[in-house]
Amino acid sequence: MSAGDLANSVSSNRSASSMRWGRAAREFLKTAASVSVTILGLLALTFFIGRLLPLDPVLAILGDDASQEAYERMVIKLGLDKPMWEQFITYLWNSLHFDFGMSLTSGKPVTEDILRVFPATLELATVAMILGTGLGIPLGVLAAANRDTWIDQVVRVISLIGYSAPIFWLGLLGLVVFYAGLGWVGAPGRIDIVYQYDLETRTGLYLIDSLLAGRLDIFADVFGRIVMPAAILAYGAMAYISRMTRSFMLEQLSQEYIIAAQAKGASRLSVVWGHAFPNIAVQLVTVVALSYAFLLEGAVLTETVFAWPGFGRYLTTALLRADMNAVLGCTLIVGLIFITLNLLSDVFYRIFDPRTR
Amino acid sequence: MTDPLLEVRNLRVAYPSAHGYSDALRGISFTLGREKLGIVGESGSGKSTAGRAIMRLLPPKARVTADALRLSGFDLLGASERQMRDIRGGRIAMILQDPRYALNPLKTVGAQIMESYRIHIKGSRAEARDRMLAMLEDVRIRDPQRVTGLYPHELSGGMGQRVMIAMMLIPSPKLVIADEPTSALDVTVRGQILDVLNERVEAQGAGLILISHDLPLVSDFCDRVLVMYGGQIMEELAAHDLSQASHPYTIALNASLPPLDHAVDELIVPEYDPTWLTEATE
Amino acid sequence: MTDTPVMQPRGSLREWLRAPTASSPRQARAQAVWRGWQRLITNRAAFAGLIVLLILVTLAVVGPWLTPYSVMGQDLSVRLQPPSAQHLLGTDDLGRDILTRILYGARITLMMAALVAVIAGPIGLAVGATAGYLGGWFDIVAMRLVDVFLSFPSLILALAFVAALGPGIENAVIAISLSAWPPIARLARAEALTVRKSDYIAAARLQGASPMRLIMKHVMPICLPSVVVRVTLNMAGIILTAAGLGFLGLGAQPPSPEWGAMLASGRQFMLTSWWLAATPGAAIMLVSLSFNLLGDGLRDVLDPRND
Ligand SMILES: Nc1ncnc2c1ncn2[C@@H]1O[C@H](COP(=O)(O)OP(=O)(O)OP(=O)(O)O)[C@@H](O)[C@H]1O
Ligand SMILES: [Mg+2]
Repeated sequence: MSAGDLANSVSSNRSASSMRWGRAAREFLKTAASVSVTILGLLALTFFIGRLLPLDPVLAILGDDASQEAYERMVIKLGLDKPMWEQFITYLWNSLHFDFGMSLTSGKPVTEDILRVFPATLELATVAMILGTGLGIPLGVLAAANRDTWIDQVVRVISLIGYSAPIFWLGLLGLVVFYAGLGWVGAPGRIDIVYQYDLETRTGLYLIDSLLAGRLDIFADVFGRIVMPAAILAYGAMAYISRMTRSFMLEQLSQEYIIAAQAKGASRLSVVWGHAFPNIAVQLVTVVALSYAFLLEGAVLTETVFAWPGFGRYLTTALLRADMNAVLGCTLIVGLIFITLNLLSDVFYRIFDPRTR
Repeated sequence: MTDPLLEVRNLRVAYPSAHGYSDALRGISFTLGREKLGIVGESGSGKSTAGRAIMRLLPPKARVTADALRLSGFDLLGASERQMRDIRGGRIAMILQDPRYALNPLKTVGAQIMESYRIHIKGSRAEARDRMLAMLEDVRIRDPQRVTGLYPHELSGGMGQRVMIAMMLIPSPKLVIADEPTSALDVTVRGQILDVLNERVEAQGAGLILISHDLPLVSDFCDRVLVMYGGQIMEELAAHDLSQASHPYTIALNASLPPLDHAVDELIVPEYDPTWLTEATE
Repeated sequence: MTDTPVMQPRGSLREWLRAPTASSPRQARAQAVWRGWQRLITNRAAFAGLIVLLILVTLAVVGPWLTPYSVMGQDLSVRLQPPSAQHLLGTDDLGRDILTRILYGARITLMMAALVAVIAGPIGLAVGATAGYLGGWFDIVAMRLVDVFLSFPSLILALAFVAALGPGIENAVIAISLSAWPPIARLARAEALTVRKSDYIAAARLQGASPMRLIMKHVMPICLPSVVVRVTLNMAGIILTAAGLGFLGLGAQPPSPEWGAMLASGRQFMLTSWWLAATPGAAIMLVSLSFNLLGDGLRDVLDPRND
């Protein structure tokens, strides 16, 4: 996002344009400064976790029975003999180049690992997001429009369960019932081993790749496998989105302009969807962006249950082996995704809400 | 005998509260023809509630009863939601207090006025647009073409209220309920807005209910005045008789106005007498 | 509060609480609390949540005396028994009674949640109240820190901390607390900002009270109620995070009857003996559901718009 883009979103009213330019530029600088400080903080926090907490990084790499000599060599190799601030600068420098060091588990650079596993999670999260948003928003609107009726209660119960149920448990139950019991969905894993090397990966998203390759049999297999984990993830997102939608809608429905629209004779449908809903759209984008980021959290647990070879499983594996480079790399990436999504929804807000133009 | 434009008999509204229902309107009755009726009363006396009850726009939790609530003989209380939608906007219009909140912030002025028209009158978009532009001119907006494309937050208060009048009166309703249409506005534009409202109402031959707590304004503007207190009508007067009011509440209200001809040290605050509330129910 | 209690004629407490007009600030405050309580218990869902939680706490306390089985004692002759009259929730792969283990597990879960609450609550309250009251650089730095912490979903942050600290219940509690204080701090700060300018704070300041004392005596008590509600609301999330850590093998370790760990070890028997994993999961859900219901109710009570 550049200052130019921000300014383009501002109406091109001549007389005020120079003033608006100034304001847009100032706002942009302010946002940029604040984001950089947050990112710096993010790096400091991960550095702190990696270097200052009790776990000895050297022992983590070499194992407990390393010789004194090997230990010292490793200390020097990792730069642990340098003063803390120097280590931090090096860490900053490397991280800014997306160099998170080598993974102990795979023996490859962490960045390379993350790039490899990320499409699996992206695909899962996106399908979940489509499901969760597509169901959550209408449910929330419906609940608000029928406040305190049985519809509202049903939506409330559905979302409460979504909030309260441990996602890994839902996943296990889902597997028992729909895979083992009914046979409606595919086995755990992302793709059948038979197809694994058959599919030319162009985007890394198997649903799309299989369609691009014209392999409907692979598509069916991939689809059958993604449905269950995506639905489980989507349930949590739906619970959150529907609740937020409901409360945003309730706020709008109590506004005077809603009375005005009713006084005009607008139908209930038009009042709810035509008048109130557009007014929450911008807020909803923030919520959807946020829940996209929270899906990453859900993915850590879901991927373990469904043997999904994605980001979440990579992180858990790294955790269990105390592979700190990989853990911190993953953590940092999640933080950056979070910040980026926040920033994007902020920009969206500025562009699409006429009140902020 | 022809039916009056609006007939209200023993209209009661109650809201659920911590201890059962609490009354917001305690049985008000009046009729209205092609005239301008003012409703005055202090804050909380039930003026807005009365206006909204007539349009059946109170929140669902409100309990509304009446012996009669009729528009030109048509029973409003018994009407279906479907029928009410035709009546709202089409037969009865409502002007709200503050255009800053009463206009949808995300829709342009033009879209909001056209929507009003097209709900009640079949026709093409082009027709609706022409009518909308004409209506903006009728409410004396100087540059209708430009204003059409503006969003509510880009309007001044006076312009906003003109837009609201245009929006609500474009389907030519027969009854207009204006709920404090000028109290959110700058003093300097209040007169203009009332003029515009008056002109439109007279041009369309509609009846008007003007809700306000501004006594002099109402007595200037209206033919008849209802004085409300505590959900009841204290008394009903011809507007020019307001200064000869007989009910102690009205007298107290009158007395609380700052006199224009001499300075006073202290404004008189009306003192309330609990018997006023029981009187009318007898 | 230090003022002496108003003397009450016996039996009139109810009337005193219900009097239409309060005759002292104390009565007004008591009445507000009373009305809130009334509204909370008339809210059926919140009341149900409260009751279930009370029952759970009781069970967690007296559980060991209710069951004839031991929590660790293995009996391979009865392994993987489905629910029956002897074993209401069946037995696990080592022949341990699952109900017994769930009862013991309730202790662990509730204890972890309580520990996180007493660690993260006060930290968040202190940081937020101080930042809101003092303003200036402390506020800027503290809120930046909060922003940084909030840039991570809480499970991810807790995972990173656990990875560094090593697995185990204590470390899980520390890790979850570290990820749970920032939202509380943000809330406390917002509250503190609203009272900072009030007259009585100014009066206390003029009397020469130190900032430290002002924050402790005047600002923190004001922030406390909303912090308590917020912690209750977050409790469900805390429990899910703790169970998630247990499930991933980073929290409580296997022989422990922690629910997440039980679920993880029951997982391999999912297809043949569903009750091994199904029951601890249901227990987790029950607790977090109760906290959610109670939290929702508390929020409704405190939000005047829901009158
Ligand atoms: N949604 C509601 N729920 C409960 N009580 C309400 C509600 N709306 C209005 N009331 C009550 O009804 C009474 C009448 O309110 P109303 O808004 O009609 O007064 P008003 O005369 O229009 O006052 P104002 O001059 O301030 O606009 C008040 O006592 C108010 O508390
Ligand atoms: Mg009113």
